[in-house]
Amino acid sequence: MTITPSIKRDYLSKLAEQGKRADGRTFNEFREIEIETGLFSKAEGSARVKIGNTQVIAGIKILIGTPYPDTPESGVMTTAAELIPMASPDFEAGPPRENAIELARVVDRGIRESKIIEVDKLCLEPGEAIWMVFIDIHIIDFDGNLFDASSLAALAALHNAVIPIERSRPDLEKLREKFPSVKKYLEEHPTDYPLPLKEPPISCTSVKYNNVIMIDPALDEEEIAEARLTVATDKNGDIRAMQKGLNGSFTVEEIKKVIKASIDNGIKIREELYKSVGK
Amino acid sequence: MESDIKLIDDNGKRLDGRSPDELRKIKIEAGVLHRAEGSCYLEWGGNKVMAAVYGPREALPRHTQNPLRAIVNARYNMAAFSVDDRKRPGPDRRSREISKVISEALEKVILLEKFPRASIDVNIEVLNAEAGTRCAGLTAAGVALADAGIPLKDIPVACAAGKIDGHVVLDLGKEEDNFGDADLPIAISPRTNEILLLQMDGHLTVEEFDKALEMAINGCHVASDIQKKAIMDKYQNAPEVK
Repeated sequence: MTITPSIKRDYLSKLAEQGKRADGRTFNEFREIEIETGLFSKAEGSARVKIGNTQVIAGIKILIGTPYPDTPESGVMTTAAELIPMASPDFEAGPPRENAIELARVVDRGIRESKIIEVDKLCLEPGEAIWMVFIDIHIIDFDGNLFDASSLAALAALHNAVIPIERSRPDLEKLREKFPSVKKYLEEHPTDYPLPLKEPPISCTSVKYNNVIMIDPALDEEEIAEARLTVATDKNGDIRAMQKGLNGSFTVEEIKKVIKASIDNGIKIREELYKSVGK
Repeated sequence: MESDIKLIDDNGKRLDGRSPDELRKIKIEAGVLHRAEGSCYLEWGGNKVMAAVYGPREALPRHTQNPLRAIVNARYNMAAFSVDDRKRPGPDRRSREISKVISEALEKVILLEKFPRASIDVNIEVLNAEAGTRCAGLTAAGVALADAGIPLKDIPVACAAGKIDGHVVLDLGKEEDNFGDADLPIAISPRTNEILLLQMDGHLTVEEFDKALEMAINGCHVASDIQKKAIMDKYQNAPEVK
């Protein structure tokens, strides 16, 4: 933490009293969102998401692996996030710190618990072979609200992802000789096909300082925030996940306001997501 | 490595249709990131890399400081999704070595004496890898350093030459790198043709080496023109800062 926040806090608080934000947005307004998919040939799926000046790249690798003993018929997914030093003068190289781990876990949970990836369709041979889905998130430009940018990048990359039958052909051939179910699977799936997905929830983050609440905090706003609330909503406007952060508090009315703003913005972001993946 | 793949056809064309002294397509964009002081996005054939520069700033931890000059910390990193099999995130022996030789190459062209006790941090991220990532990374780093306004004697640039099916060729592609006979990546200061980085593996006769080196230097000059154009494109029509 630097010494600037106290100066920034005064400035941003004064603006907030007049109902304004430093970049001219209203309290319920997201920054401009840009989504691009299918950027890289080596990744099974990829996406770049910009929310204002924050920029995140997500890549998906899908490989053949062995299932966990307690879920022999289910595919596996993991999420990792790197706050690489490219993104900010304050990020350091090295193994992931607390922040990166929290970020990866929140994104991971959002995808895992909402069951977007149909893991039961990722089984090749029960107990022996499954598809493993790796989601790797690279923060390359940091200007606040990594939670929303990272989840959105992961979702866009997943929608762009294919099961790599062609690339895995040598391994699949070996499995086919051993297991009849793999033979059947290859007859049903002769070539690459899209990763089976369900409707995704969209997450929106709001912060509170000086008793005002604003959605999609920029870095300055995030640095002085007293409390943070992330709400993920689905297509029907139902709530699918929430996470409160920081040591401030919300009143019940405030929480309801945040949920309303998250649903409204979630609809717009969902449209952007579908447009970018051609859906 | 022995292989049955024919890397050069009877007309002297390579697998991707290039002639022996032809580079893959290079695309460079300067100043693509908001937070970094200088940045660059570069595509070189199937390679896609990004470079970002921070500094000069106080070198930390303190014991790394040099009282007479700045140090350069280049960090070459491959994204987990940049290769066919997922790469485990974080540095390994290969990326540490590449980071070191790139740092040393960059130190030669930066006016380090201007910034005692400082560090200049150069982050290179490989997002899609397809033979020749260290050359692509160093070339991107050169543009990012210029974009950051770091005082330079020259904009460093890199390119590789190699040998496939007994022929010396420029800028090895994916299969050529896997099944070729030799690879010679170099980096130069294009104003003086001084060599800043040189590595070689494989087997070359002295004559072949001479030819490969000349070819790689020519390739560097082609890439250098594209670097300069990217910087001009960003700053020529930039709005005046008052």
